[in-house]
Parts: sequence; C-alpha cells; structure tokens
Amino acid sequence: MGSALLAVGLMAGVGLVLGCIIGGAAKIFFVKTDPRIEEVTEMLPGANCGACGRAGCSEFAKAIVNGETTPDGCPVCSMEAVARIATFLGVEAGSGQKKVAVVLCGGDHSKAAQGIRYNGVNDCVSASLVAGGPKECPYGCLGLASCARACPFDAIEIINGLAYVHNDLCVGCGKCVDVCPRNLIKLVPADTRAHIYCSSPDKGGVKRKYCEVSCIGCRKCFKAAEEGQIEMDGFLAKVNYDNSPGTEIVGKAACPTGCLHTPEAHMKERNKKENAA
Amino acid sequence: MSSSPHDSHVYFKGGVHPKEEKALASSRPVKDAPLLESYNVILHQHIGAPPKLLVKKGDSVKKGQMLAEAGGFVSSPIHSPTSGTVKALGECPGPMGAVMASALIDSDGEDSWGSQLEPIENWTSVAPEELKKRVSKAGVVGMGGAAFPCHVKLSPPPDKKIDTLILNGAECEPFLTADHRLMLENPEKVCEGAAIIATILGVDNICIGVEANKPEAVETLKEHASRFGIKVMSLRVKYPQGAEKQLIFAASGRKVPAGALPMDVGCVVQNVGTATAVAEAVKEGKPLLERVVTVTGNPVKEPGNWKLRLGTPAAKALELAGGVKYPPAKVIFGGPMMGFAQKTLQVTVMKNTSGILLLGDDEVSQFESMPCIRCGRCVDVCPMNLLPGTLSVMVESEEFGLAENYNVMDCMECGSCAFVCPSFRPLVQHFRRAKAEINAKRRKVKK
Repeated sequence: MGSALLAVGLMAGVGLVLGCIIGGAAKIFFVKTDPRIEEVTEMLPGANCGACGRAGCSEFAKAIVNGETTPDGCPVCSMEAVARIATFLGVEAGSGQKKVAVVLCGGDHSKAAQGIRYNGVNDCVSASLVAGGPKECPYGCLGLASCARACPFDAIEIINGLAYVHNDLCVGCGKCVDVCPRNLIKLVPADTRAHIYCSSPDKGGVKRKYCEVSCIGCRKCFKAAEEGQIEMDGFLAKVNYDNSPGTEIVGKAACPTGCLHTPEAHMKERNKKENAA
Repeated sequence: MSSSPHDSHVYFKGGVHPKEEKALASSRPVKDAPLLESYNVILHQHIGAPPKLLVKKGDSVKKGQMLAEAGGFVSSPIHSPTSGTVKALGECPGPMGAVMASALIDSDGEDSWGSQLEPIENWTSVAPEELKKRVSKAGVVGMGGAAFPCHVKLSPPPDKKIDTLILNGAECEPFLTADHRLMLENPEKVCEGAAIIATILGVDNICIGVEANKPEAVETLKEHASRFGIKVMSLRVKYPQGAEKQLIFAASGRKVPAGALPMDVGCVVQNVGTATAVAEAVKEGKPLLERVVTVTGNPVKEPGNWKLRLGTPAAKALELAGGVKYPPAKVIFGGPMMGFAQKTLQVTVMKNTSGILLLGDDEVSQFESMPCIRCGRCVDVCPMNLLPGTLSVMVESEEFGLAENYNVMDCMECGSCAFVCPSFRPLVQHFRRAKAEINAKRRKVKK
C-alpha cells in the first residue's frame, strides 16, 4: 500500500515539475503569430502549387497579411475568393489579370511531318535528347505530354500529338512553361483573342516542307493589325500580348496557312480530331 | 577473334561482348575524299565555350585559315577545310539534334593552303609551352568522341602530378575501324604525336592500349614505338575497354574514384587520332581540319574508311561509299553503342565523328519497353558499378535528386545495361535525361 502511494506521489510530483517547466517555456518562448494568416490560408485554394512564386499557400497568406503582395497574386483563386480575402483584410485586391497558358504550335501528326520512328521514353525531355526529337520541325510540340503530366489541374491534353490547353481549367500557374523542352508554352492574358500557333524561326520555305500550318512570315497579319499588335521576329510573326489584336484580325489577315487562330477555333480543330479518333 | 596474349592482368568489372562487325571496313585502307563544292562547318565542335567568329559573309578564306578563334581557355578554334568564300553564316543540324551555328564554305576548287602555323620540324628543341600553344592554336580536340579541347588536358593544375600518358587505341565500339586503320597506316605519326604530348606533360611513361582484336595494329605500332620508348599493350576484347577510366585501370592498374578525373591518379588519356592530329599540327603546321571516318554498316554498298574534311555532309560521305544497297532504318554518327541517331543526312562531319553507321531494319530493335523485372543483369555488366535498373525507375518517377545520390552522374552512357536488358528498357536515355536535369539544376544553383 505504501509503495503504491509512493509511486503515485512520485509520478504526480514529476508531472507537476515538468508541467511548470513547459508552462514557463511556453510563456518565455511565445511567438506572436497573426491569426489572420491562418484564416487567409483557409480561404486560399490549398493546392500549394507554387504559382504565386512562394513555397505554398500559407507562405503566400503570410505575404498578403504582411502587405508584401496583393491577394490577386494567386492565379488559382477565383475573382470572388480574391475579393473575399481583400475585404477580410481590408486591402486592395489588386488589378491582376488572369493568365492562361497557350501552346504556340499547331502542328499535330496530321499537319507536321514526323522525321524519325521513335520508340524511346514517352517524355518530351527525353525525346528531345534523341536527334532533337521525332518531329521534323525542330521547334514544334513533341506531343509526349510532359506538360500534361506537370499540370496540377489537368488543364492540358494531348490529341494526335499536340498539346491543347483548356482555358477554363488552366489557372496560369506556369508549371508547364518550365517543363516544355521546346519553350513553346507562354503565359498570356486570358482575354487574348488571337494567337499565332507557330514558334519556328526558320524561313518560310523550310517550314512549309515540314509543317502545313506554320507561320511562313508572309506579313499579312502584321499589315492587317494595328501598329504594335503583331510583331515580326525574323520569319515569324508574334502576337504582342501586351496589346493583342481582337477577333477581327483573323478575318482581316486571312492567314494563308491558318496558323493565326482564335483560341476557340483552335479548340474546335481539336474537337474535330477527337471525334475522328 | 585473335588469340594474342593480353598484356594486362587487371580488367574492369562487367562489360559486354557485342558482335564486332569490324570486318566490313577493317581491311579498307583510308582513302582521301575528293574536294566537295561546299562544306558546312559547324563552329562549336568541342566541349566548352563557343568560339568567336573571325570571318563574315563573303570573305574569301584559305585552307587552314582560322574561321573562329577560341572563346576562352576551355575552347578551341575552327579552321577552314578548303579555300573559297564564306557563302553564308547560318545554321546546320548538329549530330546531337540541336541546330548549331555554322559557316558554309564554297570551295574555289584550288584548295590553296593558307595556314598561319609554321611547321616545327625539330620539335625536341622547342619549349613544351610552345608546343602546347601550337596544339591549342591548331584546334586539336579529343577525337575519340567527347571533343574535349586537347590543350586543357595537357594543362593539369600544378598540384596534380602526371606520370603516365595513355593512348587510347582500343576502339571497342563495334563497326568502327577508323583508329584501327590509322594505327596500321600511320604508326609513326601516332607514336610521334604521343611523344610530343608526353614532352608537353613532362612524362616518360607512355603506353598505347589496343584491343587484342587488332593484332596487326599492335605489331605495327610495336615496330615504331620502341624508338620513342612507348609501351604497346594488347588488351582483352571487352566493351567498353576504350572508356577512359576502364582503360586507365587496364593500362596502369589505377582506379579513378567516382567524380574524379584521370589526372587525379596521375594519368592523361588521349585518343590515337588526337595524337596524330597533334603530330600534324606540330610537324606540318596543319590545323585539325580533316579526320578518318568509317562509313560502314550492312546497308552500305562499299563500306570503308575515308579522310573526310570537317563540314562534309553525311549524304556526301555515303556517296563515296557507293550509296546504299537497301534503305537503312537508322543512321548513326559514331558507333552503335554510344553513337547518336540522326534525323537527316545533312548533318556534317565534326572533329569527333569517328564513324557514320547505317543499320538495316532487321538490325534495329523495335521492341516495346517493359517494366524492370529486377533480374540484375544490368548491375552485372555496368563497368561503373552502378545500379542501372534501380536508377531507371528513379528517373521514371522523376526522382532526380535520389538518382544523383545513387551516382547517376558517373554513368558514361556506354549502353552495356541497355544491351543486356531483357525488358528492352531505354536505360541510357533515362540516364541522359537525369544527367541533363541534374546539370541544369547545378548550373541554376551556381548562378
């Protein structure tokens, strides 16, 4: 009986002493955190995708609360969610433009020649190490889905050897931009009305040989557009995404190869392919 | 196969025995190629900094004139393969697949010499520093495959004591016979080049390692080697005997640790072709503007060895060999184990192009790759003691950091693992990707 009491008493004593130490330590080493950070983190999507340029959603929340950035820095958030965070903190939402990814190539298997028979690793980066990739065009989409695998939001799909971005799913996180070995993917304002789906700087004649839908540098769109909307970079026309032309440019320019498209027309082409398959 | 005795007692672990196929071209003497109308010379033909262009469009150039000078210490100049005019400074598909800057030289048919390098007949009386400068000026790079600027290997840091020069005449790649013919036909140049390199390095111990399947080459070299005090070693036939670290082990018994360089164990390895180029650069004042290339393969009508100038398109080289008997399924620059598959015949001969190989449909495997069954054959054959199967699974799941910890960077892409893999896994391609990703990461960290 006595030894049992002693054990209980001893344990209670040890517990009391340790409890005092922990209690004291909690007081002495207390770190003041802003409770708002946790609440803002809750309001963020929680995908930890890193598209904001920070290590994760909680880091981003900390940055907003500290006033280092504005809530619109998160490309994944809907406009409402951004507004909610802004009102909660009483800060400006910022006038961030929603961006989406676009694959600037239109040459799928039916349009662009395959130079070699390739049966290696099914991955664009690996394929580009073998004679520069199976596609005859040294700049075009390899269609081996490295970008689609990198996309955390399933916004990219490969149809007939070409990557397509679904604008409704794309949040503009830019993960695909980093993995593409051919640097074909650009982040552009979501309201861009026309793209030139070609990235090959080769001469028109050379491009025609390996791809039906390449930009041959005829300058038609350059002339049809208002100044500064489309720029010529050697033999390749490029849309100026800071000042992009409207839908009417497609009709006005009458692109002879059809590489100047609206995003909708580009997707329509994709749907046709999918139905055929 | 030859039964000549082997001169070494130690050999690397693993390795494979691919079909040699050297008989196709090994008996064909090296022929000079006729002058072409134009040469498309790729300007960046070495590992290291890109060279600085010296000519502009429309300039007339002489044979041997410098087109571009070295762009740094680890860099090498490029010389014009013939006389004529610079028709264009454009781009040309490179053997690795990337498009590379090139100079298109239109030949004037005269092939008139205009090298700025004076021949040094009596090189023994010249300072080693002077000889090294000449090697660098002549644009000599490692001709075995890596194209590493030769003079850099000849400039070891002062704390590394070099005592052995090893010449690589193993030529362990199947099909290729360029080095074989070179050793047979120009043994004195090979030996003299070795002696010059040894003088620059200040070493006495020189040996030439040749695989035992080239007994005539060993005999011929031996006749000339004694004059320069060079030891000729006949080595066991096993792929990749000609890999740098494996050759050092066979020739000197020294093991190069992972991540270390040959100079860390006191060795410098040069290819026999490089030695010949050094001899020509010093004795004849001739910059590196042509090399022996084996054009071979079963689809080729008349396989053989040609002295081709830099910038010769593969299509022209094939014409010399009489064209093809039947359409090839694969065109490879280099050998079948480590060479690079080509997309177009417009790719031109570079300083490290040892062969142009054509393979027929029946020789090219078109098997579907399957999952690793962990049989461990790749582990048995890997000469670098890696775990290729495990590494490939890591790369497939994009665990590059893990692969780095498992020493994927030591892989020299010899292809032995892929050669024996019963699941036909593209192992080397996986490792090339991993190495590219890790290198990219390291560059990023450095910045």
